Amino acid sequence: MRTILAMAATLGAALLPAAGAGAAEPTDWPAVLEEARGQEVFWNAWGGDERINAYIAWVGERVKADYGVTLRHVKLSDTAEAVRTVLSEKTAGRHEGGSVDLIWINGENFKAMKDQGLLYGPFAESLPNFKLVDVANKPTVRVDFTVPTDGLEAPWGMAKLVFIYDSAVLSTPPRTMRGILDHARANPGRIAYPAPPDFHGTTFLKQVVYETAPDPSLLQRPAGDDFDAVTAPMWSYLDALTPHLWRGGKVYPKNGPALIRLLDDGEIDIAFSFYPAAASAAIASGQLPETARSFVLDGGTIGNTHFVAIPYNAKARAGAMVVANFLMSAEAQARKENPEHWGDNTVLDVARLPAPARRLFSDLPRGVATLPPEQLGATLPEPHPTWMTRIEEVWLSRYGS
Amino acid sequence: MLRWAPALTLLLFLGPVAAGLIGTWLPAFGYLPALGGERFSLEPWRRLFSEPGLGGALRLTLTTGFAATALSLAIVLAFLATCHGTRPVIAVRRLLAPLLAVPHVAVAIGFAFLAAPSGWLARAVSPWLTGWDRPPDLATAPDPFGVALVCGLVLKEVPFLLLMTLAALGQVPADRTLAVARSLGYAPATAWIKTVLPLVWPQIRLPVYAVLAFSLSVVDMALVLAPGSPPPLAPLVLRWFNDPDLSRQFVAAAGASLQFVLVGSAILAWFAGERLAASLGRRWIDAGGRGAGGRAMRRGATAAMALVFATGLAGITGMAIWSFARRWRWPDLLPSEWTLHTWARQLDALAWPGWTTVSVALTASAIAIALVLACLEHEQRHGITPGSRALWLLYAPLLAPQIGFLFGVQVLLVRAGLDGSWPALVWGHLLFVLPYVFLALADPWRRLDERYARTALCLGASPAGVFWRVKLPMLLRPVLFATAVGFAVSVGEYLPTVFAGGGRFATLTTEAVSLAAGGDRRVIGVYALLQALLPWLGFMLAIGVPAWFYRRRRDMREFAA
Amino acid sequence: MSGDGALRLKAVTLALDGRVLIDGLDLAVAPGEVVTVMGPSGCGKSSLLAWLCGSVAAAFTVGGRALLDGTDITALPSEARRIGILFQDDLLFPHLSVAGNLAFGIPRNVPRRERRARVAAALAEAELPGFGDRDPATLSGGQRARIALMRTLLAEPKALLLDEPFSRLDARLRDRMRHFVFDHAGERGLPVLLVTHDPDDAAAAAGPVIEIAPRDDAPEFAESD
Repeated sequence: MRTILAMAATLGAALLPAAGAGAAEPTDWPAVLEEARGQEVFWNAWGGDERINAYIAWVGERVKADYGVTLRHVKLSDTAEAVRTVLSEKTAGRHEGGSVDLIWINGENFKAMKDQGLLYGPFAESLPNFKLVDVANKPTVRVDFTVPTDGLEAPWGMAKLVFIYDSAVLSTPPRTMRGILDHARANPGRIAYPAPPDFHGTTFLKQVVYETAPDPSLLQRPAGDDFDAVTAPMWSYLDALTPHLWRGGKVYPKNGPALIRLLDDGEIDIAFSFYPAAASAAIASGQLPETARSFVLDGGTIGNTHFVAIPYNAKARAGAMVVANFLMSAEAQARKENPEHWGDNTVLDVARLPAPARRLFSDLPRGVATLPPEQLGATLPEPHPTWMTRIEEVWLSRYGS
Repeated sequence: MLRWAPALTLLLFLGPVAAGLIGTWLPAFGYLPALGGERFSLEPWRRLFSEPGLGGALRLTLTTGFAATALSLAIVLAFLATCHGTRPVIAVRRLLAPLLAVPHVAVAIGFAFLAAPSGWLARAVSPWLTGWDRPPDLATAPDPFGVALVCGLVLKEVPFLLLMTLAALGQVPADRTLAVARSLGYAPATAWIKTVLPLVWPQIRLPVYAVLAFSLSVVDMALVLAPGSPPPLAPLVLRWFNDPDLSRQFVAAAGASLQFVLVGSAILAWFAGERLAASLGRRWIDAGGRGAGGRAMRRGATAAMALVFATGLAGITGMAIWSFARRWRWPDLLPSEWTLHTWARQLDALAWPGWTTVSVALTASAIAIALVLACLEHEQRHGITPGSRALWLLYAPLLAPQIGFLFGVQVLLVRAGLDGSWPALVWGHLLFVLPYVFLALADPWRRLDERYARTALCLGASPAGVFWRVKLPMLLRPVLFATAVGFAVSVGEYLPTVFAGGGRFATLTTEAVSLAAGGDRRVIGVYALLQALLPWLGFMLAIGVPAWFYRRRRDMREFAA
Repeated sequence: MSGDGALRLKAVTLALDGRVLIDGLDLAVAPGEVVTVMGPSGCGKSSLLAWLCGSVAAAFTVGGRALLDGTDITALPSEARRIGILFQDDLLFPHLSVAGNLAFGIPRNVPRRERRARVAAALAEAELPGFGDRDPATLSGGQRARIALMRTLLAEPKALLLDEPFSRLDARLRDRMRHFVFDHAGERGLPVLLVTHDPDDAAAAAGPVIEIAPRDDAPEFAESD
């Protein structure tokens, strides 16, 4: 019955003309809560992973129950789609009542929106739960791919690339990108990565450029005239790898979860994921065999923070802020870190949480295939977004058509 | 009120197509003030032709489009020519509805699982026959040449063409013609091709063109089955439309216009081929060859038809099994562990797209059936006999490639402030639901003996009374069947949802397409199965309700078709 | 001449695509009288009946007037003309029961109990008492034909048109049915116009016979019903 009412409300809302954005500012939190009640928040978020979709559905239930906010997950295959939507609305002069309320974002998409004035804020650091965030020890919660967030996006989770293999098939996995190339040469068709702009694909390329670049520290600065010099070894690496890739590099998997399926089907030897507990999670849900295990590279793997941001013309701005704040709550963060639901690391400073909230984290299961924190290795910072924009372009012209 | 029905209907579904085309062609020539295009230029076309993937995309589009159409047509004609009036035709006719009802995407997803190197077919023969203890490293679905896309299209187009051809056969004296030809010594298949095919061809010409246009511009199936670099033209254009670099919109508009030109030229080329075939065929007929035997041909055609049906239904079955699987590893033929967990976990996530799908499909098909009934009733009351030109108008939205005008439609919707609204979504679906509903209902409605209406009028019933008390109850089954056709079409729509929904609405189809890229076949199975079940439910109701309602009226079974 | 109950045709001309099929036909059918129109297929006789019913196909051009019981009905819609028609097929509505078919003809303003009584009386008259709930498809040809006549009569027509109504019945039934129809029409004093090409029909009608001559340019088999 409640579902039917909610559906009727959707219908009604769809027929009504767009209401102007409310005036409540995050500094006046009770006013935000008041305004958010009854709002419908369209959250544009990558929808390629069913487990993440299920987590978002759970968030929807919780904010509905606690704050009367209806959450709609608009599933994207590439976050750039949401950037485009907001940009085209701005171009068409729709400065109010926009169709995107909240975006799951980081990196070059954040930079693009920030540069073009497409974001609302600053709001993030005024949200009540931001004070729980571990600003001191997790600098990437305020610096997104080297770009300062300036309160325009609220941190949501800490990602770190981990590799997954089946220990029943592969006894000792390679521990460097060079090693992966050698493995591919010896076992043609057993290595794959998704085609950019999928973010798992671009992250694979980042690992390559980190390991091959003469001076990786240059990657922290915007790409300039040094682009060709820095990336040349990477292209020769890829030229060597491509003929030995899965399907000879003629067809690429679409995204990260597709790699998990290929690993389970026995088509490839190595998959990778952005959350450390991914292997355990996949075993638990029946997507990988019990013998699946995780590993990281000797030189470290890319780690970053992902965020949520609110477009400048969002229709349900207050509702979006309520969702963003809920995402930083101990309850939501603990569930996100739980490998049964998602399995990446929290942005919060767990040590400073009150005892009951702290217990939420200490009680979490780890899972057989998850590396303990001390074995997760070094975390490589994300390169400046300009690098990936150009690397993707060159990649597309070299291997994409 | 009734007087305005034909005009209103035309306005509702031809207006948008025309306006959408204009709204696409203007930016293709540089005019789109919202993005700073104030002057006409050829720049978008120059940029389009310098796109690196364009040549490959065009080649892929043309080869897959023509191959899928020719193959589908060949299978249907060969089957009917060799099996006319035999038991296989009756069997296939009975199996037609379930396969017709399954949305394109669900068929594509099912086929992808069958044909993948780790798919059902490879599992069935591995490792005992093939020696593959791992899936072979073969690019099958998708493959670089679009073979998988052609197969997927054939699975959907064969049932459609079969339906249209069977309907056409019902309207010509096929049996008698065939009997005469055979009494003159012609072998069955030769007799069919020489005497029956020329009779039915004029009636299936438009459906064939619709199949050709669809195959050349399909997006949703291509996203699942076609290679990604480069994809066929229509998905490539969609990619440009979605590019964060808004100046790509001009290239996209030019690409959409090129798609339109491409489909138009392809139809003309097909028409020319038809002419050539006809003149060669006449010479062949004049030569008087009787043909012989044809048993091998008959076996081949029956096998091809059986293969199409078995593959289509097996794909859906495979996905249905996946939705209940917990572990199903290579090379197991069936899951090793079963679970209801996937369904349980998806229930919440299904509520919103499921509701959007059902509400839009019900509304669009209800509006469509009302408009179609109004048009047909208007036509009968005024004794209008629609010519073949009216049929062309009806087919316009099916012949024009969707990507070729939906962009312009979206520009219109944004202008009207209606984009991303529920009514816009319904309207976007109505464009494609309406023609199919009309095609499904027009024949049974026109075939009803008009003396029933005359009798009722002479018994003192008003024209409205005749409609409600005689025609509608007598034609309840075809009316409900046409509504179910409209419902099924709406459930399967992908591009209209993407464009008119403005990203704010998800349906089972858009969810299935976006999930198909990802990993979890169990979840994809849930969506593919639901996508197939909804139209099946519609058809079951459309057949079951009148059957129950008229269970004590024997002659009402005649009005079944 | 007003109110005498007769059906009159005045200077009726019927043309199809510019070809004149009937030219200036004048005719009066008195109450209780059966006038038979005979002629070959395509001579326009069925279209003449359709015109009298108010449902002639748009392709025909028709001139002249028709009067029924002194009222000019030429411009009236079918349902207001009060002319009953029977075709060679009984055309019972397959979705209604036998009683439902009979009740279809009873004018709207008749109250429900009275409707039921009239249906029961009609069933008795058709020698089919108790058949009300039956599916028409389960009736024999003769039974269906009788129900079709009773349905027409229950609509209280002022005239009856018969479009070869006996041609589909087998020889044994045909004679019985002729008497059944003519007796009931006669009892009610209805003017009856019968179209046929069976001379036996004309003989049984025992009224005036009008022959419509075939026209040289009339196409063969043009008439569909």
